[in-house]
Amino acid sequence: MSHTISSIRAGLLQKEFSAEEFTRQALELAEKENPKTNAYLTFSAVRAMEAAEAVDRKIAAGEDPGALAGVPVAVKDVIVTKGLRTTCGSKLLEHYVPPYDATAVIRLEQAGGIIIGKTNCDEFAMGSSNENSAYGPVRNPVALDRVPGGSSGGSAAVVAQGTAVVALGSDTGGSVRQPASFCGVAGVTPTYGRVSRYGLTAFASSLDHIGPFARTTRDAAALLKVIAGRDEMDATSASAPVPDYVAGLTGDVRGLKIGLPREYFEGLSTDTGDRIHAAVETLKKLGCEVRDISLPHTPYAIATYYIIATAEASANLARYDGVRYTTRAAGAGTLTDMYRETRDEGFGAECKRRIMLGTYVLSAGYYDAYYIKAQKVRALIAKDYAEAFQSVDAIVGPVSPFPAFKIGEKVDDPVAMYLSDIYTITGSLAGIPCMSVPCGLTEGGLPVGLQILTRHFDETTMFRVADAYERVST
Amino acid sequence: MKITDEEVRRIAELAALALRDDEVEKLAKDLDNILSHMDKLNELDTTGVEPMAQVLFDAEETATLREDREKPCLTNSEALQNAPVSGGGYFKVPRVIER
Repeated sequence: MSHTISSIRAGLLQKEFSAEEFTRQALELAEKENPKTNAYLTFSAVRAMEAAEAVDRKIAAGEDPGALAGVPVAVKDVIVTKGLRTTCGSKLLEHYVPPYDATAVIRLEQAGGIIIGKTNCDEFAMGSSNENSAYGPVRNPVALDRVPGGSSGGSAAVVAQGTAVVALGSDTGGSVRQPASFCGVAGVTPTYGRVSRYGLTAFASSLDHIGPFARTTRDAAALLKVIAGRDEMDATSASAPVPDYVAGLTGDVRGLKIGLPREYFEGLSTDTGDRIHAAVETLKKLGCEVRDISLPHTPYAIATYYIIATAEASANLARYDGVRYTTRAAGAGTLTDMYRETRDEGFGAECKRRIMLGTYVLSAGYYDAYYIKAQKVRALIAKDYAEAFQSVDAIVGPVSPFPAFKIGEKVDDPVAMYLSDIYTITGSLAGIPCMSVPCGLTEGGLPVGLQILTRHFDETTMFRVADAYERVST
Repeated sequence: MKITDEEVRRIAELAALALRDDEVEKLAKDLDNILSHMDKLNELDTTGVEPMAQVLFDAEETATLREDREKPCLTNSEALQNAPVSGGGYFKVPRVIER
């Protein structure tokens, strides 16, 4: 399916197809193609067809069918959907059917979006390869023996495969941008607080974001516009007005100052580095002023992130205790044993590793040395960006040090896997908007993503740079 | 830094995880590797730096208190619909207090 949000809208309004016909075809295609990638965990045919009928009724009545009218949307399975199973990629929640909808889900359906299914991901969004899912790894549609990236691997894969037009993912340390780069689609981590997290299963609350995937920057911008904005159900959601991002896609980036952090070009694979440098040349040709900058605390970002994220995760995952969420270990005689055994049986190895690490860094005697220390370094990392943005309008660099790797290649080395998150977690720690836009293929034919980062709430500039680049590169 | 098996078991108690022996051994090794990487932070002098617990914005009001109004919420049966064991409108757990 090569449709975009606007081509579907045109097709509906010109009566080339009805939303019902279009949705039925999208569902059939997604179900037929899914065995190749294992990207969808659950299809939502009933809910999708009801939503499609509602769009057709509006069109028949001459009403505006909404900004996402008839658009097939996939939703990462850490975002809750009322009456539709939401597993978080965990065995623990295999039968969990949420009693409410996430705010982002409500908003995209109100705009006429059609949720066709829930996508596979690393368990509780913890991973960089989608190999930590209890439901098996997702295969990258570009190269089926390779990972799609993680943790939102399923959402990236369905958009790349064309079995959804856009998708929602979640990003805590790179979980939208990195899979977007591995699968060759656009993926956006908005400013912290830009999109309500109500209904996003909490991993690390000071870092969690919901973000869109799309095949074009324009569609990603349109989807963000729909889901962004203050929500009474999430006290951390920002009340800053949401601009019309699509209207900001002027194609004109002349005179824009772009910073290249020298720390982002160390340790890059040659293939990836070549593509990023070529993209920077393109931005120069478009009239951007490119200058070297430094983000000196970048080498400390991995340690900082994995202390803060695991500390918060150890608290957030405490709720899976055998009392409320469907799964309880059989035969435990006491309450304490029930907690302990339910959690041992339910969580996969990566979740346990992070719960243990987070509990350790928060435990008596280590709290100051690790957790408070990491929060202080986080402040320094955020300050690096604040200082850089005094002299540049945007920062560009790679998303990942290397393209998609083979399934199984890195599973035995958690530290190496964590280190590969270096370019994405710095922006996450600062809470600034960042996105991945495709910037060509390696010699082996694997997609590379260019990362664009801007000031808090300046998604408009980020999208403008990505869109201007896209216009000349595709 | 050397994390002992005993220390792993102590943390597992705090985290309410019943680990198998093979998991304890593997986690001791993993935590050791990860924590030695984290010791890198000690290279930095952070004297006088305010810890950043949350992303806050200059332009944004940080107080997010709202009016305390009664509103519809999940019903009792909705709240219990995913409970592994429930009864009489409550979540049921193994006996905590001996009679």
